Amino acid sequence: MPGKEERMQGFEYASPITKAQAVALLSEMRGETEVLAGGTDLLSLMKDFIVTPKRIVSLKGIPELKGMTFSAAGGLRIGAMTTFQELLDSPTVRRNYRSLWDAIEGVTSPQIRNVGTAGGDLCQRPRCWYYRAGFGLLGKDESGKALVPDGDNRYHAIFGNDGPAYFVSPSSLGPALISLAAKLKIYGPKGERTVTAEEFFVTPKSESDREYGLGSQEIVTDILVPAATGIRNATYEVRQKEALDWPLAAASVALKMTGRNVDAARITLGHVAPIPWRSKAAEQAITGKAVSEETAAAAANAAVADAKPLSRNSYKVQLARVAVKRAILAAAS
Amino acid sequence: MADYKWPDAQKRVHIGKRISRIDGPDKVSGKAKYTFDINRPGMLFGKIVRSPYAHAKIVSIDITEAQKMPGVAAVKIIQGPGTEIQWAGDELVAIAAVDEHKAEDAARAVKIVYERLPHLVHDEDISKVPAEKINRAADGVTGDPDKAFSEAKTTIEGTYGNAIITHCCLESHGQIAEWTDAQNVLLHPSTQSVSSVGGQLAQSLKIPANNVRVKMDHIGGGFGSKFQIDRWGVECANLSKLAQNKPVKMMLERDAELTVAGSRPSIYAKVKVGADANGKIVAWQSEAWGTGGQGGFGTLPMPYVFTGIPNQRRRQMTVATNTGPSRAWRAPNHPQVALITMAALDDLAAELKMDALDFFIKNIEMTGVRANVYRDELLKGAELIEWKKNWHPRGQGTGTVRKGLGLSIHTWGGTPHASDCDVTIQPDGSVEVKLGTQDLGTGTRTVLNIIAAETFGLPLDAVKVMIGDNRYSPSGSSGGSTTVGGISSSSRRASVDALNQLLEKVAPTLQAKPEELEAAGGKIQVAANPAKSVTWKQACASLGSQPITARGKQPGQGTLATGGVGGIQMAQVSVDMETGIVKMDKIVAVQDCGLVIDLKTAESQVYGAMIMGTCYALYEERIMDGATGKVLNPNMEFYKLAGIGDIGQMQVHMMTGPGHDERGVIGLGEPPTISPGAAIANAVANAIGVRVPTIPMTPDKVLAALAGKGGANARV
Repeated sequence: MPGKEERMQGFEYASPITKAQAVALLSEMRGETEVLAGGTDLLSLMKDFIVTPKRIVSLKGIPELKGMTFSAAGGLRIGAMTTFQELLDSPTVRRNYRSLWDAIEGVTSPQIRNVGTAGGDLCQRPRCWYYRAGFGLLGKDESGKALVPDGDNRYHAIFGNDGPAYFVSPSSLGPALISLAAKLKIYGPKGERTVTAEEFFVTPKSESDREYGLGSQEIVTDILVPAATGIRNATYEVRQKEALDWPLAAASVALKMTGRNVDAARITLGHVAPIPWRSKAAEQAITGKAVSEETAAAAANAAVADAKPLSRNSYKVQLARVAVKRAILAAAS
Repeated sequence: MADYKWPDAQKRVHIGKRISRIDGPDKVSGKAKYTFDINRPGMLFGKIVRSPYAHAKIVSIDITEAQKMPGVAAVKIIQGPGTEIQWAGDELVAIAAVDEHKAEDAARAVKIVYERLPHLVHDEDISKVPAEKINRAADGVTGDPDKAFSEAKTTIEGTYGNAIITHCCLESHGQIAEWTDAQNVLLHPSTQSVSSVGGQLAQSLKIPANNVRVKMDHIGGGFGSKFQIDRWGVECANLSKLAQNKPVKMMLERDAELTVAGSRPSIYAKVKVGADANGKIVAWQSEAWGTGGQGGFGTLPMPYVFTGIPNQRRRQMTVATNTGPSRAWRAPNHPQVALITMAALDDLAAELKMDALDFFIKNIEMTGVRANVYRDELLKGAELIEWKKNWHPRGQGTGTVRKGLGLSIHTWGGTPHASDCDVTIQPDGSVEVKLGTQDLGTGTRTVLNIIAAETFGLPLDAVKVMIGDNRYSPSGSSGGSTTVGGISSSSRRASVDALNQLLEKVAPTLQAKPEELEAAGGKIQVAANPAKSVTWKQACASLGSQPITARGKQPGQGTLATGGVGGIQMAQVSVDMETGIVKMDKIVAVQDCGLVIDLKTAESQVYGAMIMGTCYALYEERIMDGATGKVLNPNMEFYKLAGIGDIGQMQVHMMTGPGHDERGVIGLGEPPTISPGAAIANAVANAIGVRVPTIPMTPDKVLAALAGKGGANARV
């Protein structure tokens, strides 16, 4: 009979119907339980033994996490379990939050759009191939040496890559939400709290850290996007393929404009750092300017001025630059 | 002796028409069962423990815990202590359990101690490869290259190359094996060799070849990687034996498929090529290297197609790396050398300030016997892609997104394989064609159906085609573009013989000699007086109770199939100068393959080849990690393949009719796969003004080339 050395990765599947039940089912020990949203990431992580929870807590059966509400004054509330496709099909999103809509359109797999959720997008784990091959979130060999800096880092970070994390945030929605100044409602044992989308993403310092600011017993319940009246916004993703492909770089831009003139700007890059990377330098460069090919290019240059590519990914600096420029032009157009 | 030949063009009812694949509805509806879909009663699932290290010695293997795990039926050590492992993913222990997860868990419970050894997994930069890992081979000199180069008016030098790609069969390798009694095995493989894979297994199991029954209705991709029973096939049968003869299903996981089940060798080359003042090529020099894992890859046909370049120096080296072994990949070596040769010649044309089309045509005589075919094909292709309207001198496009045109030429053999085919005519008029072949994408069933129906003057649905069983008469493996030539010849001969036997029977009824009769329009009729006829059914009724079965053979009397084709492809791309992203606008193929049996499935072969070529030109690369020796992208996420939106417009023109038909049938599977990489690479160079020296042409390489940093292996 199998004893303590049993390899069987049996796990419990819990299907709560309220967020309070969900939170009560989550362990205070990180990794002992995992939250299941759409499952497009969690299942592959489990199949590869990258995560090995004893219990999965599914959020699929919790009505309060679903759906969207919108008011011109209050903005958009997106339930965390809203699917990509629901967002893509929403005229409200398309009309008012183009940067979000653009980002979702970039997820070119109908299968993923149909099951992948907004909350899941924010909490999915990095696609770093060292992490996915079992070398840990920080990608270290048996001696503890980091594999990324001298390894194949063509898809890794060009910002915020001083270590120990070198991966890029895979979130499609994160950059757009940050640029739109969205907030996230989080629910846990101590009740509800609200954080900005920008604060939500964190760069891990150790193997046991996560890339998002949730306690092990907390879940994202709502995404609150402020009213975007008069905010011109767009996302531009540089993807090699039309078919499903991770962006090599992306930028989401939200501009408060008077005529062609930018009164205020929020610019966030995706897939270039362990977190969505807000570029205040780019924001400053475009603020107070009329949007043109030249001013957009200047802002794009400012965005990447501090980039520090790794051994094989300096091309991503150029791609990030292009993403910022094109996102600004698309937002203003 | 019967006179075996193809019907005259004006009499053909089915041959050469555009006929839909007869198994198409089954395939798109899911009714077609692939090996992966087969489940047998009481079936176990097999898994393999693989080496995580690229180079290591096995110190010890402890399977005791795995053996004790619930649901585990058999555990077998494949490579034991003392073995030196040469690539990550090599097979060490095989396990069978009642379900896939229990087998997986047991695999994880096997304890293996390794002594790690240094590994080499990269060969792109030959200067970084230790000398002892390089094998020199196949040097050759033609004419006086040194003198020719010294006299050449224009010379270019460049380094060009191809990353390793994998076969990436959508249906991974694998099989279901079961001992049906103490001496007999039933095998459901995914194989390109229905008739011979059973014998391979029998040899390993030390049972008579006839004792392995092989069945396979459909295969989900092979591309040259599924000829052998493979170690996992043998061990699957061994596990069945250990597990009281229960069926064991073992299909490779996607990561194993991309790591160990087939790769196309990388090939790089430093090339120098010179021309005289008239733009005639006078000299070629190449120093090529590459890796096929531990093994080599045969002599490269370099320079490709332009074999008549008068002065040549060729050098070839293989690098032994600790990577999964190479296998034949659709036209082995040809796509890689086509890329190298056509890119170098295109660079020479650009240096000469010549239109590449004019330059290739000017030098076309150096291609030898098929020069006229290539010339015709180039002119046809130029018409289809509007070359003269769309071409511009290299790099003279403007704007952020720039268009470019490129071309390439290729050749292949495609002579038929050996094939035996049985055709049966029943007294009720039903017809059956039976042979131990497979449909790798060749349209095998459809071709057999067409030939029997054509020969008997029947509609297509009057013929039943049975393949995929090694109890049927043996037919060759589907490799080397040999299948359609082989099976069309054997089935034609069998059909003609069967028909002649029927005509013998019917002749007295029609008061004619058998040789005066013909089968047409569902009747047997007197050729000179078609009013004198009986229906096919009436004719067959004269057989009484004894059906006719005739066996046709390839090779045999009369020439129905030959070999040797030429083709050209032209590509138009759009390149985003700021991102380095290449998009396919259009690709045109002009191809000959002798007599086309089914125009539609022939065109399908070419479409598929161009899609595959677009994949390896722009996306595909098996990425090895230097530190860990592992494949970093053994998945469909980062082992990138084109989707529908990535392949652009495709146009196929088959060279048919007089001058082609009389050559007989020639295989087509491989040739159109050869040129896409070269044509697309040349189109990119035309668009952006500089050469991206290696494929795949990912944005990093395109941007590096634009920044003037484009060495052979420039990644950034």
